[in-house]
Amino acid sequence: MYALNFSKDICLACETLDCLLRCQYIDIDIKSAKVEKKKIITGQDSYVLKQCTTCYACEEYCPNRNHPFFQIVELQEKKGYSPAPRPITNQQIKMYAPKGDIDPGYRLTDPCISLCLFPDMKEKVKGALFHDTSNFLGRDFFCNLVYLHFARMSLIKERLPQVVKNIDDNLKKNGLNELVCFHDECFAGFTFWAEAYGLEVPFTPIHLYDFILERLEGLKSKIRSLDKTVAYQRPCSNRLIPETRGLVDEVFQLIGVKRADRKYDHENALCCGSIMVMQGRDDLAEEVQEKNIQDMVDSGAEYCLFNCPMCYYTLGEKVEKRGIIPVTMPDLCRLALGQ
Amino acid sequence: MNEESFNALEKIVGKDRISSHPEEVYFYSRDGGTQDPCEPSCVMMPKSAEEVAQILRVANKDNIPVVPMGAGLVLSGLTRPLKGGIVLDLKRMNSILEIDEQSRYALVEAGVSEGQLKSYLARHHPGLKHSLPDAPPMATIGGNILIHGSGHMSQATGFHSEMLNGLEVVLPTGEICRIGSCSASEYWFSRAPLPDLAGLFIGWNGTTGVVTKLSIKLYPAPSHEDVMIFVTENPDYLPDIIHKITATELAEDLVINTQPRPDWIGGFQLTSINLTAHSEEEMKLKKRTIRKCLDEYIEKKEGGFMHLVPEMRDGFLEAPQRSVSRFADVKKGGGFEYVGAIMPVKLLPQAYRDGISIAEKHGTSYSIMIRIIGRAHCMMAAYAYGFNRADDEDVQKAKRALDDANRSALRLGGIPWKSELPGQKLIIEKMDPNTFRLITRIKNLLDPNRIMNPGNWESMH
Repeated sequence: MYALNFSKDICLACETLDCLLRCQYIDIDIKSAKVEKKKIITGQDSYVLKQCTTCYACEEYCPNRNHPFFQIVELQEKKGYSPAPRPITNQQIKMYAPKGDIDPGYRLTDPCISLCLFPDMKEKVKGALFHDTSNFLGRDFFCNLVYLHFARMSLIKERLPQVVKNIDDNLKKNGLNELVCFHDECFAGFTFWAEAYGLEVPFTPIHLYDFILERLEGLKSKIRSLDKTVAYQRPCSNRLIPETRGLVDEVFQLIGVKRADRKYDHENALCCGSIMVMQGRDDLAEEVQEKNIQDMVDSGAEYCLFNCPMCYYTLGEKVEKRGIIPVTMPDLCRLALGQ
Repeated sequence: MNEESFNALEKIVGKDRISSHPEEVYFYSRDGGTQDPCEPSCVMMPKSAEEVAQILRVANKDNIPVVPMGAGLVLSGLTRPLKGGIVLDLKRMNSILEIDEQSRYALVEAGVSEGQLKSYLARHHPGLKHSLPDAPPMATIGGNILIHGSGHMSQATGFHSEMLNGLEVVLPTGEICRIGSCSASEYWFSRAPLPDLAGLFIGWNGTTGVVTKLSIKLYPAPSHEDVMIFVTENPDYLPDIIHKITATELAEDLVINTQPRPDWIGGFQLTSINLTAHSEEEMKLKKRTIRKCLDEYIEKKEGGFMHLVPEMRDGFLEAPQRSVSRFADVKKGGGFEYVGAIMPVKLLPQAYRDGISIAEKHGTSYSIMIRIIGRAHCMMAAYAYGFNRADDEDVQKAKRALDDANRSALRLGGIPWKSELPGQKLIIEKMDPNTFRLITRIKNLLDPNRIMNPGNWESMH
């Protein structure tokens, strides 16, 4: 029912091989890249399908926004490849399956925030910045894009439309039509993925940082410059919505934060490694995490900003052990507001 | 019990430490399992081995049954007085007498609880720990050791009974006896090199005497701990997986779990591998070695390690595991009992399947937990069934499931552990007759008047 808006012709005509050559985890030369790209375009088997760590980066590298990563995921599923061991994949499928709890059970008011699947993030949406907001979370409101890491595009196609409906029904019931997405991945699901697959999303998703910027503007007189250097752990999901990258810098400017000048930032950002661990590629995960954290240390970062709760859970303790405080954007803003 | 006997007993412990009041006796007639209550004539709380000795002399003279009891958490009704008499609650005997750091042992009275020793060591001897069972903290050291319990270090060091250095025991006839090195030395360091009499009191369900003191081995308590959870969907892989992990000799505890809820456990086998280390480097090396030993399963995509977020990891690192006790409330009504079958690891796949099919047959909720003992020398496979205590039909369903589990374990070649009375009968039926005769002879020799927890380890005939 939902088909990927992928054009073979655009790919074939493309003179760059950025999607493969810029990959940070597969060792590939130009000659091999040409061969493997053609295989992927035409739906054939390729070793790229097995080696892909599912970091989403090639979606960003593609100059034509032609969805190379989504094409890889579709092919992985078609060929029966499982990036992660099957019991882990099946466990993830069950763990986040919808439960039919589609009514939060209380009134939703504007602005309304989706906390996706993360109850501990409830603590983050308190204080002046989130004054008068409402929120909800749960498996029946979860974007399901995590299954991109498990070669289960079919599951996203099956579940996400219902999730969109669940959210829309609840918003409409409460006279709302905008939804603030705490997690990048939800925002990407309701915008980028939806567009790629022709899924209509009746409500307007708002990126958390757009919401925070607006709120900070209203609280400008209360902001005290933090004068801190902060490393940003850019989540894989932000690769799907690179147009939002600049929001981090806008918030930083308002609250007096210097973005740590790092090698592994922006388009060179490194994966937190959680997916590599799930795939059983622990040596790779350790290597990537060590590179990433050392880079933060070398940049003089005092804090590490996480948007994605999974990155936070995976790297939070590790950065803390190296003397860097893990935070979310709401945490930083509350500090700037003296709360 | 007549008034004269009661008065004689009251003189020994004082009137505040003996009761025949119905509201107090009520609690001692039952435990949390499915077995029917059996009411004692009275309950007593002695403070010393000397008081216990005096009590047993009166009991012998007046032919009063005596049932020693720790916290009463055995769940299979072994502290119910099947033939009435005295329940001897040992919880007042709760002194930690000695910690020998050099020889790494703790000398405790039988009523010392697991939680008490754990917190005492953490506070006063942080470099030492003991092996904790997954029982509530009030479970007693004495009770657990004497039923061949197992716990968080059993993969490294065996059953808890193997961690016993020596005992002080009051024989049924009232003599106080020391067992092990303590019988000929001021130190309680070993059962060797003497004739090992400790075996006369372990696994006997209190029918050969009242243990009043125990010396147990302690172990180094490294500063770092972590857990890895390996997930599979096919129980047939487990014996080989266990064989590989135990060959590394790195894990301290190795437990396999399955239960229908929550979703991320139902249909999967979760193998928890608990590790400790003195440094981060050591921990990294241990984890890498464990991962490598299971490479074959990961590469075939047949098994993988869960990525544990800190909150989940902390849950798996709990000792004891509170989730085990929480299972008691899966069905509201707080009833929970399990058959723990000791058996060879190679029987695991069939034991696992039998456990689930028994639950399905009887329509009960279930939890299966398997703890590996030693270097996979054997396993303790616990088939736990929850029930609503207020619903008699539910209790009977669980009882039938437990009986089936006992029979299944025996049929496979395992032996039910700390078995309730019906299970004991099944074991005796299968046992070598000379072995059972020997058990009976020993009991008769030590307890000629048959006052010690009568009804246990007895023939039906």
